[in-house]
Amino acid sequence: MNINPRAIQKSVEVLSNKKVGSYHHMVFSVGEMALHAKPGNFVAISVGGNSSAMVLRRAFAIYRASDRGNFGGTIELVVAAHGSGSRWLSERSIHDRVDMVGPLGTSFGIPTEPVSALLVGGGYGSAPLFGLAEVLKQRGCRVDIVLGASNANKIYAPLEGKRSVNTMTLTTEDGGAGVKGKVTDVLPQLIEKHSTEIIYSCGPMAMLEAVEKISQRFEILHQCAVEESMACGIGVCMTCVIPLKDENGTIKMQRSCIEGPVVDGSRVIWGSNRQIPPGTFGSQALGISAHE
Amino acid sequence: MNEFQSFDFRTKFGNRYFPSPIFTASGCAGSGKELAQFFDLDELGAVVTKSIAVKPRSGRATPRMAETPSGMLNSIGLQGPGIDQFLATDIPWLQSKGARVIVSISGETVEEYATLARKLRGISALYGIEVNISCPNVENRGLVFACDPVASRAVIEAVRRNIGGDYPIIAKLSPDVTDIVAIAREVVSAGADGLALINTILGMVIDIDAVRPKLAGITGGLSGPAIRPVAVRAIYQIHEALPSTPILGMGGVASGRDALELIFAGASGVSVGTATFGNPTAVIKVKEELLSLLQSKGFKSLQEAIGAAHV
Repeated sequence: MNINPRAIQKSVEVLSNKKVGSYHHMVFSVGEMALHAKPGNFVAISVGGNSSAMVLRRAFAIYRASDRGNFGGTIELVVAAHGSGSRWLSERSIHDRVDMVGPLGTSFGIPTEPVSALLVGGGYGSAPLFGLAEVLKQRGCRVDIVLGASNANKIYAPLEGKRSVNTMTLTTEDGGAGVKGKVTDVLPQLIEKHSTEIIYSCGPMAMLEAVEKISQRFEILHQCAVEESMACGIGVCMTCVIPLKDENGTIKMQRSCIEGPVVDGSRVIWGSNRQIPPGTFGSQALGISAHE
Repeated sequence: MNEFQSFDFRTKFGNRYFPSPIFTASGCAGSGKELAQFFDLDELGAVVTKSIAVKPRSGRATPRMAETPSGMLNSIGLQGPGIDQFLATDIPWLQSKGARVIVSISGETVEEYATLARKLRGISALYGIEVNISCPNVENRGLVFACDPVASRAVIEAVRRNIGGDYPIIAKLSPDVTDIVAIAREVVSAGADGLALINTILGMVIDIDAVRPKLAGITGGLSGPAIRPVAVRAIYQIHEALPSTPILGMGGVASGRDALELIFAGASGVSVGTATFGNPTAVIKVKEELLSLLQSKGFKSLQEAIGAAHV
């Protein structure tokens, strides 16, 4: 696979920046970039300004994209300011410009038939699910969503997001909102109740792995947006790899910015942080090796 | 346009001319296809490929990357498809785009370097071979070739024997040595037409919450503007000692000003690496800025500027 053929680099203007709970909801005027953005795609943004010591681009999942409206094409992001780069971005004011590359990566597959879909989001990982919900609704799908986090402040659940779903279930580990526990605690009963036919998930890798186990138990298709730290977002740095099975069952270290972020959960070799899964293509050649 | 034509921006390594001195850096340009989304590859002096090995390599486990002040550590482990797949897919594609290609090769034994050189003969887009000797020599307890003058010589001699005289050989040196000039002299006398420097500097980051090394590979190569002064120093020292050997300089170049600094130190060409991660069009930006900077300083050719800082 290659880089998203629609990706462009553009200096874009900040149209709005609002604090929502623990997050910043930001809107950017992006022109034609919005036209090609699909749910699951992401953008890569240069941070820190020209004399910055931060040399790497930051990747953000697209929350929503619109190619219409007063400002032409817009892309919306939900930014969690928990690193110095995301903090810099969250501090941008209206009319500031940032350098954005997008849309990047794969998108969620949209069923051709109206089906019953269950969307599962962890923390700020829920961001791309709202745009997905809108598209699924337009296709006549039933859409149920589960959002979970450690506490209520970390759940991103905007009011307008509720309009495009049939039901919304919240879970918090401290019990501060919704059901006390994890998203996976409520999944089995929701799957049975709504006769779920496809699951879409986005959030921390451990959550995605747990969702994949449940989807296998119920024999439901599961598409997930994976998370691995990226340096470039455009497929050149080779840092964001995860082990994925290809169509022949061969495990290869694949770039999550090119082959992902959205992949079928059944393709992922889970729990592979800090190790190359046995049998991975090319792992025999890896002895003591060079730095590049 | 006329102004551009009146300025001679060409550079030369071995018997090959390049229309511009700005190249990509090995391991920082993917297969070329990714960057071709943003600009035409024939705008570059040359595309330097990722270091290719005899066999496919999965590379290392993640985390492979840690950002550091004005730089980053990487521990990719030379992930790649192996030379046969590379010749079947990457090279024909680069050739079809009119790119001038410098293939970077890496081996674990002298014989592997020889095999790689043999397989590269006859490729029309090939403008040179970069020999990445910053690899552990499995026949000598994993000691990195580039840290051992005898092993460095053996690799370059083997590549020269197998590639023939038609293609320039550029030996890529590691800064992690006591006397980089001694290694440079050795590989040049063994048949290298040029030198590429510097490779990354070995470094390490510890995750203070997890209380363990941040990278799965424990150590990683430091790159980015943080290492630029080391690159300038190494280029300056080698150009002083070997003024007729062309140097492909690299190390934290992100602007035309940075490139000019390396050229004044003695570089005949400059590779842009880590800057591409932060900006896909960094290499084009560097090229355009360098050209206008050289002209504004009154130079008539790139050649006049090479090594100008030497007194």
